[in-house]
Amino acid sequence: MVTLARPLGGLALAALAALILSVALGSVTLPPGEILAVLRGQGSPLAQTLILELRLPRSLSAFAVGGLLAVAGALMQVLLRNPLADPYVLGLSGGASVGALAAMLAGVGGLVVSGGAFAGALLSTLLVFGLAHGRGGWTPARLLLTGVVVAAGWGAMITLMLAVTPADRLPGMLYWLMGDLAYARAPWPPLALLLVVCLLVMPLGRSLNVLARGPLQAAALGVSVRRLEWGIYLGASALTAMAVTSAGSIGFVGLVVPHMLRLLLGNDQRLILPACALAGGTLLLLADTLARTMIAPEQLPVGVITALLGVPTFLYLLYRSQ
Amino acid sequence: MSRLEARQLVIDIPGRGDGRALDVCIEPGQVWGVLGPNGAGKTTLLHTLAGLRAPRSGQVRLDDRPLAALGRRRVARQLGLVFQERHDGFPATVRETALIGRHPYLSPWQMEGAEELRLAEAALERLDIAHLADRLVGTLSGGERQRLAIATVLTQAPALWLADEPTNHLDLHHQTEVMALLAGEARQGRAVMMCLHDLNLAARWCDHLLLLYPGGEACWGPAEAMLEPAALERLYGQRLATAWVDGAPVFVPLK
Repeated sequence: MVTLARPLGGLALAALAALILSVALGSVTLPPGEILAVLRGQGSPLAQTLILELRLPRSLSAFAVGGLLAVAGALMQVLLRNPLADPYVLGLSGGASVGALAAMLAGVGGLVVSGGAFAGALLSTLLVFGLAHGRGGWTPARLLLTGVVVAAGWGAMITLMLAVTPADRLPGMLYWLMGDLAYARAPWPPLALLLVVCLLVMPLGRSLNVLARGPLQAAALGVSVRRLEWGIYLGASALTAMAVTSAGSIGFVGLVVPHMLRLLLGNDQRLILPACALAGGTLLLLADTLARTMIAPEQLPVGVITALLGVPTFLYLLYRSQ
Repeated sequence: MSRLEARQLVIDIPGRGDGRALDVCIEPGQVWGVLGPNGAGKTTLLHTLAGLRAPRSGQVRLDDRPLAALGRRRVARQLGLVFQERHDGFPATVRETALIGRHPYLSPWQMEGAEELRLAEAALERLDIAHLADRLVGTLSGGERQRLAIATVLTQAPALWLADEPTNHLDLHHQTEVMALLAGEARQGRAVMMCLHDLNLAARWCDHLLLLYPGGEACWGPAEAMLEPAALERLYGQRLATAWVDGAPVFVPLK
């Protein structure tokens, strides 16, 4: 019924164009010929360092993180059957933020911050998982409420930590909270996870379509609802944890990209999920390119740019739809 | 052909005693009606028979195998359910909605093909909603949505139909059409069980009836034996007058 090739092909081309643009632009603008030469193992040493060690890893990280967030958001929206759901709605980014800020407050940086973020995300996932299970049955409403309350608790801890932090360390923390790709130097783990999850959810797409119509209807049509729901929850949590660990809590991509695509392409998850991976990646890649070139050599937090780009685009699409 | 059997089945309604355990067998070719006042457990019974709820005790068996031991996908190929309430989720067209009836037959990597589309279109045609195929479900009237729910199960083509008030929201003509469709399914060797609020539809179209009382009491059997005015008056707590039209009894509530 759905033709996947055309929309996905178009999005893949857009992603490639964004990738070339992001590698070409910066403090030194590189012509496409130079980029090609470097990719073939030639070119000047400066261009080699610039592309292979600085721009390409960051661009690939941006693409991977955007894709992870958009896919996680789309999965959460199906799981909770709530259009307002995003990857952070169940408190995962709050847990990650507390972990990362605690590392920064202790005065350590780099890998420890990432590790703290990952530990916080994991803790939050397990906490919500355990509490929502409770003694009674499991419902999306209960999971949502548990997640929102846990998120509020993390929020209070974040505010507390910011309040007691010496002023000279505050900017780094604020950048992390808004999302920042400046330290994302290892694109392969998030890219690999994005690819694996896309391959895993593609065959589940039709089951997700059925699940979106309610758990009873899905069970009546042969879906193992409970297993699928926990699978989505854990999968989306893993995606979000990886994204947050790589780049802080970048807002907006996970909420708005799935909705934009639904307005444009319909609601078939078999199309929406891979499209989210491509479009979310492209959006964050473009946003990050803007973030590091707009007021160069200063950089803006990329989360600000995603919101500034995404809000008007989304409102326009919403206004145009029936 | 499939048969569905309830063996010493007690449905689980919180705060209610066990009542009478059900020993009912729905055979190919039969049309069963489930009658009872609000809250008697008709929907719970239907969901329990479909394996969507665990019974308090007893067993549901599909073709002599315990339903609980069969995979959901396998069950969905034999047993279709028309729900009373339905959840919209994300916007979808009428055609897409009918097509999900093919879900249990397709492998994870398979896309719906021409054959699936043909079945869905035929089902929409049969329920007089083919002209709505490209409309969004959210824009349909209550009766059109009801017919779409039935078309979805028709696309699923199960050997057993469990239908929860299939005539809800339907006008008189479409009520008759839907009942004729379900009776026709039974004539082709499938089995049908439906919850009904309309005694007269039950009297007209069902060959077996199951009466569910609020306290969990129940009785069942061939329709002509069950359509005792005194029993029905007790079932609903409502006085009835009986007339005969076309060889079937017609019950009219009295003031």
